[in-house]
Amino acid sequence: MAERILLKGNEALGEAAILAGCRFFAGYPITPQNEIPAYMARRMPRVGGVFIQAESELAAINMVYGAAGAGARAMTSSSSPGISLKQEGISYLAGAELPSVVVNIVRGGPGLGGIQPAQSDYFQATRGGGHGDYRTPVFAPNSVQEMVDLTMEAFEVADAYRNPVLVLGDGILGQMMEPVALPPAREAPLPPKPWATTGAKGPGRRIINSLYLDPVVLEQRNLWLAEKYARMRGLARAETVGMEDAEICLVAYGATSRIVKGAMQMARREGIRAGLIRPVTLWPYPTVSIREAAGRVEAFLVVELSLGQMVEDVRLAVDGKAPVHFYGRTGGMVPSPREVLEKLREVAAGMGKRRVVAAGAGA
Amino acid sequence: MTHEVIMAGHGGQGVLYMGTLLARAGMLEGKEVSWLPSYGAEQRGGTANCAVVIGDEAVVSPVVYEATGAVVMNGPSLEKFAPHVRPGGVLVVNTSLAPERVERGDLRVVALPANRLAEETGDGRSANMVALGAFAAATGIVRMDNLLEALRQATPARRRHLLAGNERALRRGEEWMGKD
Amino acid sequence: MRQIFAGTDGLTQSTTIYCPGCTHGITHRLVGEVLEELGVTGRTVGVASVGCSVLAYEYFNCDMQEAAHGRAPAVATGIRRVLPEAVVFTYQGDGDLASIGMGETIHAAARGERITVIFINNANYGMTGGQLAPTTLLGQVTTTTPGGRSAATAGYPIRVCELLATLDGPAYVARTSTHNVAELHRTKKAIRAAFQAQLEGAGFSMVEILSTCPTNWGMDPVRAMEFVAKEMTATYPLGEFVNWRRGN
Repeated sequence: MAERILLKGNEALGEAAILAGCRFFAGYPITPQNEIPAYMARRMPRVGGVFIQAESELAAINMVYGAAGAGARAMTSSSSPGISLKQEGISYLAGAELPSVVVNIVRGGPGLGGIQPAQSDYFQATRGGGHGDYRTPVFAPNSVQEMVDLTMEAFEVADAYRNPVLVLGDGILGQMMEPVALPPAREAPLPPKPWATTGAKGPGRRIINSLYLDPVVLEQRNLWLAEKYARMRGLARAETVGMEDAEICLVAYGATSRIVKGAMQMARREGIRAGLIRPVTLWPYPTVSIREAAGRVEAFLVVELSLGQMVEDVRLAVDGKAPVHFYGRTGGMVPSPREVLEKLREVAAGMGKRRVVAAGAGA
Repeated sequence: MTHEVIMAGHGGQGVLYMGTLLARAGMLEGKEVSWLPSYGAEQRGGTANCAVVIGDEAVVSPVVYEATGAVVMNGPSLEKFAPHVRPGGVLVVNTSLAPERVERGDLRVVALPANRLAEETGDGRSANMVALGAFAAATGIVRMDNLLEALRQATPARRRHLLAGNERALRRGEEWMGKD
Repeated sequence: MRQIFAGTDGLTQSTTIYCPGCTHGITHRLVGEVLEELGVTGRTVGVASVGCSVLAYEYFNCDMQEAAHGRAPAVATGIRRVLPEAVVFTYQGDGDLASIGMGETIHAAARGERITVIFINNANYGMTGGQLAPTTLLGQVTTTTPGGRSAATAGYPIRVCELLATLDGPAYVARTSTHNVAELHRTKKAIRAAFQAQLEGAGFSMVEILSTCPTNWGMDPVRAMEFVAKEMTATYPLGEFVNWRRGN
């Protein structure tokens, strides 16, 4: 195993991009992701790559469009308000099928919001904040090590499907330091990109485009994309902890999943059999893992740094087979494991009552 | 055992740096560690604090709510974070900038005039190192040789001239605990 | 038999969709000829923008990227930095370049980004039906200035060349016109100089080309040419504003 070094989440993510072969980065200052552009500004020139501080988020995402269209592995990063500005560009990247990685170190909203960690961009990330029928895979790391591993994977997925891929972190993951084992740099040549505009004329010339004025053609185009999105469904992934004997299934992602895991351990010490499903991909959503659990547990408790966004996907997957409870803090407030434990106790107490009622009804 | 530590003070006291050294030293001991800073809009001044977790198992939550130990470098930090230390936990108070009296009677309080001790070692700015040395000695969370090695690793070439002073300050904190 | 006309390697064989009397087609041709004459058609990447020339990727015989509205200079920047050897140009209208994309325009120029911008100024939004553009003349009637552009409510026309000439990044900035053959020759010369600036690594280059829009102006092509010659040049004086060879 590689030697472990202590790295800040944002810097680890930047290094991961370089290791993955990213050689183009354009960004714009916004807290709490400023370490990423700063890291790229230092590192890119040393690996023969390009760093540009763009004049705006709009320019940054469109520089990524140009660079990706010219065949480079390209990335931009920002935080919530800046990601809203990038939505137009993400839609174009999806429409023109340009592989690229977009990092969102989420902070509280709406509007200017705040700069503390949040998960209130789940809808935007998973439903597509831009216009049109498109999808973007979304990776949700929960440690600095995963900031590295999932960012590297994001570049592979982007190329494999010719699609923008989102990495959804938060202020905690971006700012914290943990020991990390950096994988070796990608040595294999990048996948060939015969569609990239590198300067050609005549019949072999290439066009990067998302404009299809003929509705017949545009529908065909959308159907082709939909097929691709269907293939991406196989990317769905979740980590499960303590689900073997769980009566209550906790669902949480990102940094929140770690706080929730702390609560789960406390609950188990007092006899509440809780388990955890932690989605690693938010789109495609690990619906199967949730659905499978729905047949076995008494209740779900979804915990988010929002007032309830992912909980909708959990409810869709559970499909009424078990009650789905929710606990969320928002605006940059982060719940303590004890707060989550309190909620778990409430859910457990409610289950006990239902069991009594059910037993009574059966008698 | 898992140590969950809060370090707090005002901006410029080197509180975040103190935390990174503790985390790095923990790593050198082969432990699992995390370091999480508070971050604010202000670049200078204001409050600063960080959470450091050091344990044998993978760190569950990097956010610390009920600390096993804390270092508070000024009065407002004492007020804010003393209630977040578990009963029996170690609280190092920099009495150069915070009152010596702590309301809670269920903590192991170390009253440490960190700024004065730092000045005695030659540089008043190394009060954070004095406090860290004392905290490590009081809790046994990491060994002094690993703290010194962490300091050496974390000191960039352009700050080499500060290394010896910081080492002295770390040891001064440890010595203070020996006297205690 | 003597051949007196031939296609250019810089353009494809596609038929353009432009209105009769519109000068987009002529300008395409001039750009195509310059690319051919400079011998760079095999290493050029163009960026089409949003507006009447949105289909420019069909017409230029080179690799092309279609940009979002106003973002062509940013897209071109991405291409430029990834492909240091390529020739990179954008083709943009006045709404795209000077309204929604003004930020990208000024910053690409300020960075001295080694790209060439072909800027079509026809004093209105053509594709969407003739609305007020940042370049619409005072008093000019558009669908959104039905009483004529009033400075009190719609402000003043923006002179992009003069604006960019205040920056240190541009190597070549010129304004030319399409209203007669002599001006077309000057336009081609300017386009050539702009690409030459790029090839020499001198910096950002732009040619603003005063153009007609007979359909939306409600004029026949001849009257439209006269409008350019008399009205537009009065607000937008022709000439070179920056020329790296002259050291300004």
